[in-house]
Amino acid sequence: MRKLAGLCLGLGLAGLAAFWLLTRPASLSPQTLAAFAVYSADAQRGEAVFWAAGCAGCHAAPGLEMDASAEDRMRLGGGTRFETPFGTFRAPNVSMHPTQGIGAWSFQEFARAVMLGVSPEGLHYYPAFPYASYVLARPGDIADLWAFWQTLPAVDTPSEPHDLGFPFTLRRGLGLWKLLNLPSGFVLADSDDQQVMRGRYLVEGLGHCAECHTSRDGFGGLRRENWLSGAANPSGRGRIPTLPPQGWSGLDITAYLQSGFTPEFDVVGGAMADVVASISRLPSEDRNAIAAYLLAFRSSPSR
Amino acid sequence: MFRRIALIATVAVGSVVAVAQAQEQTDPNVVARQSLMRLNAYNIGVLGSMAQGRMEYDAARASAAATSLYHLSLVDQSRMWPPGSDTSSIENTRALPALWDNMDDVMMRGMALRTAAEDMMNAAGTDLASLQGAIGALGASCGGCHRAYRQPD
Repeated sequence: MRKLAGLCLGLGLAGLAAFWLLTRPASLSPQTLAAFAVYSADAQRGEAVFWAAGCAGCHAAPGLEMDASAEDRMRLGGGTRFETPFGTFRAPNVSMHPTQGIGAWSFQEFARAVMLGVSPEGLHYYPAFPYASYVLARPGDIADLWAFWQTLPAVDTPSEPHDLGFPFTLRRGLGLWKLLNLPSGFVLADSDDQQVMRGRYLVEGLGHCAECHTSRDGFGGLRRENWLSGAANPSGRGRIPTLPPQGWSGLDITAYLQSGFTPEFDVVGGAMADVVASISRLPSEDRNAIAAYLLAFRSSPSR
Repeated sequence: MFRRIALIATVAVGSVVAVAQAQEQTDPNVVARQSLMRLNAYNIGVLGSMAQGRMEYDAARASAAATSLYHLSLVDQSRMWPPGSDTSSIENTRALPALWDNMDDVMMRGMALRTAAEDMMNAAGTDLASLQGAIGALGASCGGCHRAYRQPD
């Protein structure tokens, strides 16, 4: 009997040790660090990364008007609430404020947060922060983004805590989620078409379109086999549509991303309105690339 | 066996009828507001197509569409949004309950659409550049409500 108890204890401890090892927050890879070392960052290029990645969509003040200025969208005091099946997430202040925001962070802390979802204190962030897409970002883009971030204003709104139920309050477990769900590459295969490849990078990486347009399993991982096939609205009723919408041409897609008008001249709403507010600020070649990717991925989707 | 098939067939037909009924909007107030939205889109379609270069600019047509849109913005909507006609109460609407919780804001946004439509009415017949200058504000006035008060598909 004592032997059995000892065995159970031993197995339990081994299990705990394995869990602890498997869920360790990652550090930036030597390749990423080497890429940073030889890169010369540019704030102006970083602004395009900022709009492509949709940072303002979550971290700007809640309830901004559709015609809010770029300056207003660059005030990253956070506060927007996201009601999800796991609880309510609140976008934190990520402005340059030294105490309320991330103004005191180093570049490497910023890069680790965005690309790996790990805080400077070594805690996992929740994947409501779409690092499972940003993990595909090029190191140079993150360096440019940080250079741009330095030019943004400090906002003193305090961050509010998330409101989650047990066991989602235990961040360490997110290490397992990351093992299962962080992608090692792109969904669409490599191609010689540079425009499609640029679109792939924007849609699958920085633009994190799949975070809403792909359905999720019970643990909140993307069902990559149903890539961009539409999903339940992650925060509320209704459905997020399949991409590209059936029958849309390249011009339909780019016009929508630039103006918010659908081909039927309905006007964008919901969370997508904030996406259009960011994507419309990219150079038109990038919207063309997004359209090229979507049409290459699926020219005639089932809906 | 035959009775069983007949039963299944009856149930199946019954469900199809039920689904068809559920999908048809019968509340005249809701029908009216959805029709108004379609008429808005119909006229914005002319202006937007010209702004995007999909349709050749025609001052008279643009002006007519903008004038129609402005008059649509004057339509009395006081009976079109009865309480209990939101997404949690009825089928086939995308109007979120939040709309009824924020009526002052909704009214203000309705006025913003009227202002944007009036500006468009003054711009659309002038030239293409003026039309293009007014289309952004018009779209933003629609989006202001859609962003906060309309459920995704």
